[in-house]
This record gives sequence, C-alpha cells and structure tokens, in this order.
Amino acid sequence: MNKNQLELHSEDIPYVEKPKDQARLRKAPEHFISEDFIADVNKNGLDENRRGFLRKGFLSAIGGAAGLAAAPAAFASAAGDPAILEKQEWQTTLGKNVATMPYGLPSVYESNLIRRESPGLTRVSAASVSFTPLQGLFGMITPNGLHFERHHQGWYNVDPNKHRLMVNGLVKSERVFTMSDLMRMPSVSRIHFIECGANTGLEWGNVAVPTVQYTHGMLSCCEFTGVPLSVLLDECGADLKKGKFLLAEGGDGSGMTRTINLDSALKDAIVAWGMNGEMLRPENGFPLRLVVPGVQGVSWVKWLRRLEVGDMPYGAKDEAIHYIDLMPNGLHRQYTSIQECKSVITTPSGGQQLLDKGFYNVTGMAWSGRGKIKRVDVSFDGGNNWRTARLETPVLTKAVTRFNIDWVWDGSPSIMQSRAMDDTGYVQPTIKALRDIRGTRSIYHNNAIQSWKLDSNGEVSNVQVG
Amino acid sequence: MYKLGKLTSCFSLMATLMMAAGIAYAQGSASGSGKFPGIGRAATPAEVAAWDIDVRPDFKGLPNGSGSVKKGEAVWEAQCASCHGTFGESNEVFTPIAGGTTKDDIKTGRVAALADNKQPQRTTLMKVATISTLWDYIYRAMPWNAPRSLSYDDTYALVAYILYLGDVVPDTFVLSNANMKQAQAMMPNRNGMTQQHGLWSVSGKPDVNAKPCMNNCVAFVQIGSTLPDYARNAHENIALQNREYGPYLGADSTKPPLSKLPGPGATGIVKVSMAAAPTGPAALFKKENCSACHAPAAKLVGPSIEQVAAKYKGQADAVQKLMVKVKKGGAGAWGAIPMPAQDQLSDADNKALVVWMLTGK
Repeated sequence: MNKNQLELHSEDIPYVEKPKDQARLRKAPEHFISEDFIADVNKNGLDENRRGFLRKGFLSAIGGAAGLAAAPAAFASAAGDPAILEKQEWQTTLGKNVATMPYGLPSVYESNLIRRESPGLTRVSAASVSFTPLQGLFGMITPNGLHFERHHQGWYNVDPNKHRLMVNGLVKSERVFTMSDLMRMPSVSRIHFIECGANTGLEWGNVAVPTVQYTHGMLSCCEFTGVPLSVLLDECGADLKKGKFLLAEGGDGSGMTRTINLDSALKDAIVAWGMNGEMLRPENGFPLRLVVPGVQGVSWVKWLRRLEVGDMPYGAKDEAIHYIDLMPNGLHRQYTSIQECKSVITTPSGGQQLLDKGFYNVTGMAWSGRGKIKRVDVSFDGGNNWRTARLETPVLTKAVTRFNIDWVWDGSPSIMQSRAMDDTGYVQPTIKALRDIRGTRSIYHNNAIQSWKLDSNGEVSNVQVG
Repeated sequence: MYKLGKLTSCFSLMATLMMAAGIAYAQGSASGSGKFPGIGRAATPAEVAAWDIDVRPDFKGLPNGSGSVKKGEAVWEAQCASCHGTFGESNEVFTPIAGGTTKDDIKTGRVAALADNKQPQRTTLMKVATISTLWDYIYRAMPWNAPRSLSYDDTYALVAYILYLGDVVPDTFVLSNANMKQAQAMMPNRNGMTQQHGLWSVSGKPDVNAKPCMNNCVAFVQIGSTLPDYARNAHENIALQNREYGPYLGADSTKPPLSKLPGPGATGIVKVSMAAAPTGPAALFKKENCSACHAPAAKLVGPSIEQVAAKYKGQADAVQKLMVKVKKGGAGAWGAIPMPAQDQLSDADNKALVVWMLTGK
C-alpha cells in the first residue's frame, strides 16, 4: 500500500455519514457524528485521534442500540427509511410560482457540473478554452449552457440588427444578407457534434489531466438550425467549378478566418442561427455561425460575417501557424480538418469513485467526422477482450452516439476502454498506433482509445496503456 | 443598368444615386438567383472593400505599401513588445515569434529544429510557411487589444521587422508589395508544409488503421503513463466536479486515495454538503474577470493580489487610491501591459473588491 494513502480501517468506514446522499440507504448506527466533526474531517483528514473518536462513537452506539451492528443493512429506525417516513419540506409547504425564473436554470443540486478551464493550459482567459463536463451528461445532446468554449479574442453580444453576412469572391452576385433575410430562407435542423481539433491534444505525449472533462471536454453535440450553405451559395451564383474553397470570416476582433474544403461542405454545411431550439448562445457565435459537420471546431466560424468563394486555400493564421500537425520528420500537416472516429467512456471516468462492487451501467459517447457510428466495443481488461455495447438511437451521421453496456464489478482492478468503428469501416486506434505514425508533438487530432484504470479502492484514474 | 465606359465612373454614379435615394443600397437587387425574391441585396464596392481584407498565399488581396525594418522596430516597441517581447521572444503569456531558425533553414526552406526537436518551443517563424499569413493576420487582428488600428505601411514594417528578428533580412531591409515574392522565397519553413494526408477531405484515406480484435488481443497490458501524485489536486477538488449522488461520485482529490473500497454505505467519502453558489468578493473577482489577469500569489498578466496588498500596506488612503485605479485602468505601475478601465463596476462592488484584495476579507 502506498503510504500516502489514507488508512481507513474497515471498522471505521460504515460510520462516517455522507451527508446529502439521500438517494442511498444509510446504515445504522447513525446520527452520532456531528456536522462539526464531518467538517473537521473534511478540513483536516482522518487522523488517529479522529479515528479513535469514531470507534468510541461506534461503541457507544452499540451500547445504545445493541444488535443493530450485527445487521449492517438495517436502518437507524427499524420502521424504515427516514426519506420516506419523515415529511420533507417540499411535501409540506407551498412551492414557487410559475415563471419565478422566466428563463429556467438547472437545479441547485447541479452546481458541480459546469464548464471549467484547465489551469495552466492558457494564460489569458480571452483566448482560452472551457471544457464541457462530459462526466455528468446523458444522451447525445449537450445543453446550451454547457457547450464548450474556445475564443481567440474574447466573446461579444453582437447586435443581431447590425449583423450582416456578405458573400463574395467567385460569385455572380456579391451579396449582403441581414439576419432577417437569412431567417426567411428555407432552413434545416440537424444534429451534429463539434469537436476542437486540439481535443485530447494534451495527452499526445503522456497523461496530463485527471478527468474526462479535460481529456475530451472540447466536444459538444447540438441540433443546429440554419440555411444550407449550398442554398446560399447558389443564390449568389457561386462558380463551383473553379471555386473549390471557401473562406469563412468571423466578425470578432480576431477576424477569425478558416478555409473550408467545399467538397463535403456543399453537402452538409449550414449557416446556422439556431442551437437546440433557441438562438445560438453569444459564446457560441450569436447570431450566426458556420456549421461544418465532421470538421474540427475552429472551422465552425463564429459571429460569421463573410464567405468568400475562391480557387485556392487561404493560409490563414489558424491554418498556417496554429492547427497544423507536426510530424516526426519535421513536416507540418496543413489543413487537417476531419475529426476521425473516436469514443470515450464518460461514466465511470477519471476522478470518479465507485462505492461498492456490483452492477453498473457503463456509458460513453462515440462520434465520427466521416459518417455514422457502426459499432462500439468495450474492454474491461486493458484491451485484451472486448464486448459490443448497445448503441442508443438515433444514430446520426457526424453526431454523437451514446453507448451503454452492462457490467458487474467484482472489486478487482480493471482498465476500461471503448473502441468505436464508423460506417466507412475505420476503427479507432490505440495511442501507440497513432504515435507510431504521427509521433507525440502533433497537438491536434488525437482520437486514440482512452484508458481508465479502476483500482480496488473504487477510484478511477487516467492512464495510458502500451 | 448603366452602360458606362469606366467602372470608376459607374461607382461614383451609383454613389451619387444612393445618396440621392438615401437608402437606395437597401433596395432589393435583381441579381440573385431569383429563387428568393426580396431576400438579400447586392453588396456595394465600398462594402466589399471594407470587409474583404484577406491576403492569400499568392498575394491576391495584398494592398500596395511598404515599410522598413527600422520603422517596424518603432511600431513593434510601441504596440507589440508588451506582449511579444523586445526581440520577439515574447513574455510568459504568449508563445515566441522569432528564434529557432538558421541561415541554413533559409536556404533549404525547412526548419531543421522541427525534426531534431532541440528547440523547447516552436516559434512562429519556425512554423509559418507563407509570408502572406503574417501580413494578413497582423493587419486583421493586431494588436490584440486594438485590432484594425495598423496602417498598410505599419503592417509591411512589422513583417519586415519580424523577418529581421529571425535573421532572414538585414536591418536595412524595406518590405513592399513589390518584393513580397522575394521575401517569400526566404521564409525559413516555406517548404515545411504538406497537404498530403487524409484529413483535408471527408473521403481522405486514414493514415492509422486498427483492427477490431475481440478476444486475446494483447499478450501483456502495460501501463505506460499515469498522472503523477503531485498533480492529484491540480484541477481542484474533483469531488465537487461531479454529482454528489448517483452511481459514480467524484474522488476527493484534496486527500490521498482511499486505501480500500468505501463499501455499500457510501461512507468512506466524507464531503461537505452541496456548495451554495459562491457570493462575496472572491466570487466577484472571478465574475468581473479580474482573475483573467490577476492570481492570488502568482504574477500573471498583472500583479498578484499579494503583490498589490504588499505595495499598499500601511497606506491610509490605499482603498481610495486603488478604487480609482480599478475604475480607470492604467499602465506603468506593474509593467507595460495596460489594465483596462473597469467602468462597469459599481462603487460598492469596486470597494468590496479592493478591500478584499488588501485585507483578504
């Protein structure tokens, strides 16, 4: 045993109440540890003195309630669970009015699940990243307030009345559209994932961050509503024989520009204003952003103000200095855009704690920039043996697919992995296979199989295998 | 519509007509596809000129102008050095601009340090292959806190100065639209990019392939990398980044790992009850983005709270003085990077923040 590990003896463990965990049956004897004591343990840890106190408390509890200790699953009260037997405040008083919160917010009990920055990753918050708390999300859709953020020069509340979209370059008619113009056009609503090209980039060389929020949290999936790019370009008479590329430009101070390869963008890119049924959030480009399914997030230009059709790539800053992938031979791959097939187990995941042996639902997300998820396999032994997981519907192209698999944990250490396959037949690789080709310094496009190690103490941590 | 011989006179006539009509430019144009009558309008030449500022690698879009290394140095010192350092080495906040390239790289067009991995950091000049990228980005987005404030000539001068910092051109060099092509031919990493990969097109061929083996796939599972013990709590308490109920709680990373499984009572983990939304000056400090530049003890962009408190310790009018500084912003007291004015702060919030910084309460 590591000497840094906290030595909780088995006889101590059942008697420290975990407050607020009302969903679990609590064991007797209880209520003999004060709130002050819990706060003290939280602050100072559980040393020998405090453990002694616990033992003493236990003994006196036995003295007062002989027999209960012999039946550890019994309730404090023989009659049953206080959560049922006692009347709760929300059952006995009048609740709040409708529209108390005109724009609703999550329960106060959800306050732990928020976007977070990774300390030390960036030094200036206006050009930083906040990560989505994937460890607590369900299904395929990311709530708007938890969508990850990446800004190059801060975010704004752009006035939609003053926002314009210009289309120019190789078009018959260089045109200007207001938001009102665009929103009159025929629109589509489609669910797609967006993933930053640098997602999991911290982990190219070694394990760097503890939880799935930081390893994979530059990933979100929303329903986007807008006018198809092809409709807009057609309206302007784009010369698509000569014009194979599109420059997308943002209206922020960084004037973010990226070259879009029109080969697939003509099929599915959207000039979007809607996100999960409401307007885009300002952090995500309100009132207008480009949605380029399957392509890394930096190309989904926010506060979109201009589209220029051209006959060559533009070599913009974020495709000539950043977002280029360094290979072992010193060459940089330029215009790397497609987010290849990838998956991750989100629960349980790094930093989480299992309380007990027994049945668990293991769940995660899979996605591919080239199409639909065809299959996800899960391993509990570090990649030696695999079982195929259930895919939840709908399974959509270039969208997150949720997978689930049943699992009974016997208490022994385990290394959990998920491996996704898309409908092109591509199989998500190991980190070793990626490094063999791309080295460890490419920063971008790490779609390796993620490994989570589960120790016999129930704690899950981030590891790399091989 | 108007059959005039010269484009320029066409523009001026259009402009005159527009002025006469007031909002003539807002009227619909018949030049769309015709599928969506009433939607959109033709862009005016002035509008296209105002927004279409991109410069491509083939120099399409590059405006005429010129600037010397000498002028570039002056602009750099005034507008760029506070973030990027006097010699383009940058400060601790931004990655360096110049350095890591050699005379030999200029000959080959490949930066050798990218392959031999001897440079600790990759500078802009080590990476960038296209001089147009420097011109385009500096003109479009620099300086960071005042984009679009540089002239064409300033931009030429700055690009010239960056090339000078990288020993690509001599200090007498003058860059202009006329010699951009020659300067391009000297870029140290001009041959350092490849587009031969499978990630540019959706139908591209993947470079790494795996097989979906199901049983007895690996002979020996070896853990190659784990998070070091000292980093256990580097991302703050993970217990408070998870729900406090449900199948998987967060581990309390402020403490060492438990020695064994907590057990069915969920009781090995001692936690405080659900945290209320934080209020008070510490929360305000974060909400008002003070924390973007100021940390409790470490110097970030601005001084640490400790440094500020130490500087004003014992001064009777410290609160008043600091409140004015916060409200109006300024530069010079702690270095060259200016602190922006915080007009949005109410006096009460300002006072709460200042008192908290000085006293911790």
